[in-house]
Amino acid sequence: MFPIENYHYATSVEDAVQHLAAYEGTKILAGGTDVLVRLHEGKSGYGHLIDINGLDELKTISMDESGTIFIGSRATFTEIITNDIISRNVPMLAQSLLTIGGPQVRNTGTMGGNICNGAVSADSACAALVYEFDLQIQGTEGERRESIHGFHTGPGRTILQQGDLLKSFVIRPENYTDFKASYIKYAMRGAMDIATIGCGAAIKMHGEEVETFKLAFTVAAPTPIRCPTAEKTMKGAVISEESLKRLADAVAADVKPRTSWRASKEFRLHIIRTLAKKVTRQAVDNQGGTC
Amino acid sequence: MAIGKSHRRKDVRAKVTGKTRYTDDYSMPGMLEARYVRSPIAHGLVKNIDTTAALALPGVEAVFTFADVPKNVFPTAGHPYSLDPDHQDVADRLLLTDHVRYHGDEVAIVVARDRLTAGKAAKAVVVDYEELPICVTSAAALAPDAPAIHAGGNILKSTSFEIGGSLAEAETRADLTLQGTFRTPIVLHCHLENHTAYAYMDDNDHLVIVSSTQIPHICRRIVGQALGMEWSRIRVIKPYIGGGFGAKQDVVLEPMVAFLSTKLGGAPVKIEMDREECLVATRTRHSQTVTARAGVTKDASITFIDLDVISNTGAYASHGHSIPMAAGSKCCHLYPRAVTKFSAISHYANIPAAGAMRAYGSPQLFFGMESLLEEAARSIGMDSVEFRLKNCARPGDIKAKTGEYEHAVGIKECLEKGSAAIDWEAKKKRYATQTGNIRSGLGVACFSYGSGTYPACVEIAGCRLVLNQDGSVHMQVGATEIGQGSDTALAQMATDTLGLSYDRIHVVSEQDTDVTPFDPGAYASRQTYVAAPAVHAAADKLKRKILTHAALMTDESVENLNLANGNIVLQDQPEKVVLDLRDLALDSYYHKDRGGQLTAEVSSKTRTNAPSYGCTFVDLEVDIEMCSVTIKNIINVHDAGRIIHPLSATGQVHGGMAMGIGMALFEELMIDSETGWIYNGNLLDYKIPTCVDIPDLESEFVDTFDPTSPYGNKSLGEPPIISQGPSIRNAIWDATGVKINEMPMTPKVLFTHFRAAGLL
Repeated sequence: MFPIENYHYATSVEDAVQHLAAYEGTKILAGGTDVLVRLHEGKSGYGHLIDINGLDELKTISMDESGTIFIGSRATFTEIITNDIISRNVPMLAQSLLTIGGPQVRNTGTMGGNICNGAVSADSACAALVYEFDLQIQGTEGERRESIHGFHTGPGRTILQQGDLLKSFVIRPENYTDFKASYIKYAMRGAMDIATIGCGAAIKMHGEEVETFKLAFTVAAPTPIRCPTAEKTMKGAVISEESLKRLADAVAADVKPRTSWRASKEFRLHIIRTLAKKVTRQAVDNQGGTC
Repeated sequence: MAIGKSHRRKDVRAKVTGKTRYTDDYSMPGMLEARYVRSPIAHGLVKNIDTTAALALPGVEAVFTFADVPKNVFPTAGHPYSLDPDHQDVADRLLLTDHVRYHGDEVAIVVARDRLTAGKAAKAVVVDYEELPICVTSAAALAPDAPAIHAGGNILKSTSFEIGGSLAEAETRADLTLQGTFRTPIVLHCHLENHTAYAYMDDNDHLVIVSSTQIPHICRRIVGQALGMEWSRIRVIKPYIGGGFGAKQDVVLEPMVAFLSTKLGGAPVKIEMDREECLVATRTRHSQTVTARAGVTKDASITFIDLDVISNTGAYASHGHSIPMAAGSKCCHLYPRAVTKFSAISHYANIPAAGAMRAYGSPQLFFGMESLLEEAARSIGMDSVEFRLKNCARPGDIKAKTGEYEHAVGIKECLEKGSAAIDWEAKKKRYATQTGNIRSGLGVACFSYGSGTYPACVEIAGCRLVLNQDGSVHMQVGATEIGQGSDTALAQMATDTLGLSYDRIHVVSEQDTDVTPFDPGAYASRQTYVAAPAVHAAADKLKRKILTHAALMTDESVENLNLANGNIVLQDQPEKVVLDLRDLALDSYYHKDRGGQLTAEVSSKTRTNAPSYGCTFVDLEVDIEMCSVTIKNIINVHDAGRIIHPLSATGQVHGGMAMGIGMALFEELMIDSETGWIYNGNLLDYKIPTCVDIPDLESEFVDTFDPTSPYGNKSLGEPPIISQGPSIRNAIWDATGVKINEMPMTPKVLFTHFRAAGLL
């Protein structure tokens, strides 16, 4: 039994947006892997629900002639992981999503929820940052496109306003073509866990040299972040023990880990340095094929 | 022979097809649900409770506070009653309290038409507290100026014993003395089925309680004590139960549901804990600090082992001091030629109450003992296995604790078998010189355990057998099936002694204290060991009655007859069938002039306690930079006497190993040392290893026959969980040169130690 106070089953995107705008504090129910857990815990603020599970147009995964990839916000982790467009073009996204929860959670949880709930530890966030996702959002004023950069504003917070509904993620071809990428989730156990630190990298080589390098972390700051300082050290570099050490040293300037009962700042920083090196090597070697 | 064969478990088909019914599968018309109002602080006094808003909610039947409950202070530990007042469990609980002692303590309870309403109403109860100073750690609780958590102060009990000779003399014989201090975490049982119970009155004088409990008969007594009722007016029913691991060897919800029903005119009232409640508001494993000392000679004889335990029992005594004491008395079987000194102090603190948990203090104690003895072996330059082989128990050793001779002792064979299985010698050489980030290590640790609680507690068991009209037999035992497979093992025993086929024995799995033979319940790895004599004697008795009736029906004398494969046969010519048991059964029931219902009932007391032994071998890999441990191979080898059901035995061992790995590498309930706030009382943040974290598990048994059991068996329920911690710790040391004297050895802990050692 769940203490649900109000429930509305959205019949269209417009209907959902109208309802969201009209009733402050209404939560969107998609996969339910966060919302229903909070409700079960008896957390306040989850009693008013708008269920978008009837909006099948939000489930589409497609690619247009230009190579731009669209992932509907309601696509489940499993649907994304098993999609050919994804595995051929942005395999690191699939690799990241495979680290989420267990099969049951991946079968129902959505990437829209994973990004929009603002979690600092979201396993899809590193992929979103290095592949430079855009977010197609329907609001009361109409449709708009926002960048993932700046989308997260703090723990559990995003730029989404009352009445906003995320429709789809957009990945432009220049952000994945010729990139090799990889993700490592560092957690206290091998499954059913949230990341202690998550780290993703995408790298484009020009011969032996790094042409473009993108590095992202979760749980290393109040929001998922990219690492401009560390990325700069790799521009034009050859992958070697020395360049990776420079990378690890530089990354400290980009991150702001904190001490909590879950882990100390020192430990997190050590893992951040270790993962920066490891994920880069993995991106180059494995092309993002393994965890 | 049924024993030694993996017969299909009596409950397995019903369980895998979802037909078994657990407490929550039963319901009654008009059943009410209750939810506790829990304290948000770890120590304080209730100054005021306002229940007005809660009572005003539609569907709320009643709210009771500490002011409404009987003032009978009662114990909760699932021990049999003791005739010796000094040995009785500490009575320190009321049904509800105005002096809250941990974050989650119970001050009031709401009863409503459904669980959701009860939960809402519980939140609407407004409680004002006066906060008291808090002590969470042993150091804080034992400080001279520590706030008293209970009237008598924070020390529950402190005892010591010295056996096998004089410690002072053994110290002089030692060429080398070692010392270390070891810390173990608060671990949670995480049984599948949360605590749940309901109660109703079926007339004006009798209470019925249906509960997921390991101890129905003890539960009956404790509810009687808590409510001030005659024990015989309370009936406890235990349906199938989804595990307990000791958390249900305590009386937790039963007195409360009973109380609520009596207050509400006998209406059925249920409490079903949710997972988060169950994790912190039932029982936990004691966190302990073990300071170990040991002396060895140059030729590798252990002269003494001196163990000093500080055991944090939390807010209430529960099993309290029995935990360290039981482990202390069982550990001296392992190296019996050394003098053993054991001291322990148990104390209260403002954390959840610790109680019984699988292996009852032994995983903690052996973490200290087998870690320190590893150091002893390495200090004198001896191989870890050889050192243990030299010192471990042998047949004919005298058990220092009782002065009796050891009978079946298979620890030497366990070590040999395990060493061969893991390829100890070859790997030792291979791992001798390693550098780099990833390093491998080998570890070993042994344990000894008991079979039951004698002589600390009475060991009583009962069995009733009834020959049915169709020639099959119904068996009722006091032994409590909690998933460990005792119904099956005891049916196998009855099968062999009676001379029936296994399929012809039906076990009544549900326990009902009004009719089930008396037995205190499932704990202390006692069930098959102490029930075996009762089953054996009852089967023997029924067999004689059957043969006596066969003699009446035939011209043969009783002495010439036997029962084999379900037929009455001639003693000398077993192939010669004299009578089909089905015909005999019909005759015994329905013949107008002879026979009757053929039954046998035996209640027996066991006055022995066979030590069981075993060890864990582990081969693991450490990634220093990633602060991670990967187990490549782990093997448990057990001397559990004769193995009754090999498949179930293997299952027990695998389950124990997984839990032991959890305690060693993953699990800890974390509590803020200043505020007593519980950080991770849920299954996301409290990290039980998942199936991807647990490696393939291997287990072996050595072949012994313990003469103190009619079927040769010894304990196996708890022993599989004891030796993973020290063996993993010893292997990490072997791999990295870093000694980690605390569990769990999580990445965070490894980081701290590796950095301190200069590896990072």
